[in-house]
Amino acid sequence: MTPPRHPRPKPSGAALPDEVFAGFAGAPMQVQATPGPLTVARAQAVLATVPDPEIPSVMLPDLGVIRGVEVTGDRVTVRMTPTYTGCPATDLMQMMIREQLSAAGFAEVVVDLVLSPPWSSDDITAEGRRRMVETGIAPPAHRATDKRHLTGTVPEVTCPHCGSMATEMTSAFGATACKALWRCNDCREPFDYFKCI
Amino acid sequence: MNAPAADRDAALFRYLLRLGDTSHVLCHRLGEWCGHGPIMEEDIALTNVALDLIGQARLFYQYAGEVEGKGRSEDELAFLRPERDFNNLLLVEQPNGDYARTMARQFLFDAWNLLLFRGLEQSTDPRIAEIAAKAVKEITYHRRHSAGWVIRMGDGTEESRRRIVAAFEQLMGFTAEFFHMDDIDRQMADAGIGPDLSALRDPWMADVEAVLAEATLGWPTATWSVLGGRHEGRHTEHLGYMLAEMQSMQRQYPGLNW
Repeated sequence: MTPPRHPRPKPSGAALPDEVFAGFAGAPMQVQATPGPLTVARAQAVLATVPDPEIPSVMLPDLGVIRGVEVTGDRVTVRMTPTYTGCPATDLMQMMIREQLSAAGFAEVVVDLVLSPPWSSDDITAEGRRRMVETGIAPPAHRATDKRHLTGTVPEVTCPHCGSMATEMTSAFGATACKALWRCNDCREPFDYFKCI
Repeated sequence: MNAPAADRDAALFRYLLRLGDTSHVLCHRLGEWCGHGPIMEEDIALTNVALDLIGQARLFYQYAGEVEGKGRSEDELAFLRPERDFNNLLLVEQPNGDYARTMARQFLFDAWNLLLFRGLEQSTDPRIAEIAAKAVKEITYHRRHSAGWVIRMGDGTEESRRRIVAAFEQLMGFTAEFFHMDDIDRQMADAGIGPDLSALRDPWMADVEAVLAEATLGWPTATWSVLGGRHEGRHTEHLGYMLAEMQSMQRQYPGLNW
């Protein structure tokens, strides 16, 4: 079986989309307080530019952490769920949402943290998965409801660099709570694997 | 507030502190490994587990503060209570020792914690149920990791086996506390807020026995057991030293904030 081939990740930050830098110190504000109606669609468009601080190529809606958006007048309420209970990026995500929506003209921004139903890696969108591969992170190999997850069977993970299936886990835990460490036995590159949870 | 409701809230507050304290104290112990792990991957693994535990502890402390209704924050509950007011399990305050000791402690705890949180997932208290539903996924991952190390060390070299056997002998006596219930535990179980802890013993023993068997180990021979931490705040000598370090910043700079 010939494994699917993916392009190698872009080598430098210079080639990454501008959104990657949105919300970070020194980065240009992506959204300005332009005139126009303050609608749910507008708030959602703004959220689509707010990146996961730890995987900046993936925007929060694609990570599946945005649970709802409501707009009343110039007040916007965003319901957000954390990926892991102890994820230190959660506070930063809330701050960035507030910052960007305020910049877009919302006078009051409320970010409600909701726990139920719990976040799952199944909530990551196809676009989120595509962006992960582009940045050298292998997305979850199967659904969280897959029985291989329950039995603890090690998943078959495709190398995000060369597309080989000849990969192995080097550590069940990685640089952040949501990732594990893997390596490819074909191209010999180490890579992050986004845990299936 | 009428008397029964006040009584129920007092019990729930203490029950939440038990959950929060256990996660918090073990989190701190695992954090002590940061920068000292035997290999890089394990250093990362332990701090990752610690991160999940502090996340869970925070959610329980926040809820406890609300139930108590005196305006105490999660930081005040974590850093400004004395040793005798801590209700963590004695097992999790035990020193790290070598890696076998840390992993034996972790596995004994993870196997029980997974059963506990599966029970809490069914809680009639929606707040506890949603915290547990989230944490159960994380704990499943922890248990798989610690069980893997027990098997590797038991079925490993003569030295690794000697160490893991010694670790289980030293720690098994603290597990009696997992299943011992007091009035608060019974009150919570009767209200459907938490599981019947005594009912967790059989599935826990089955899980531990299966992993020990795979590790080619038998059940430890130590027959002593001790209680006191989770219910009464009577601790082994180790917790006081840990708290002295853990709470020093908040004690020296009251109200300190990140």
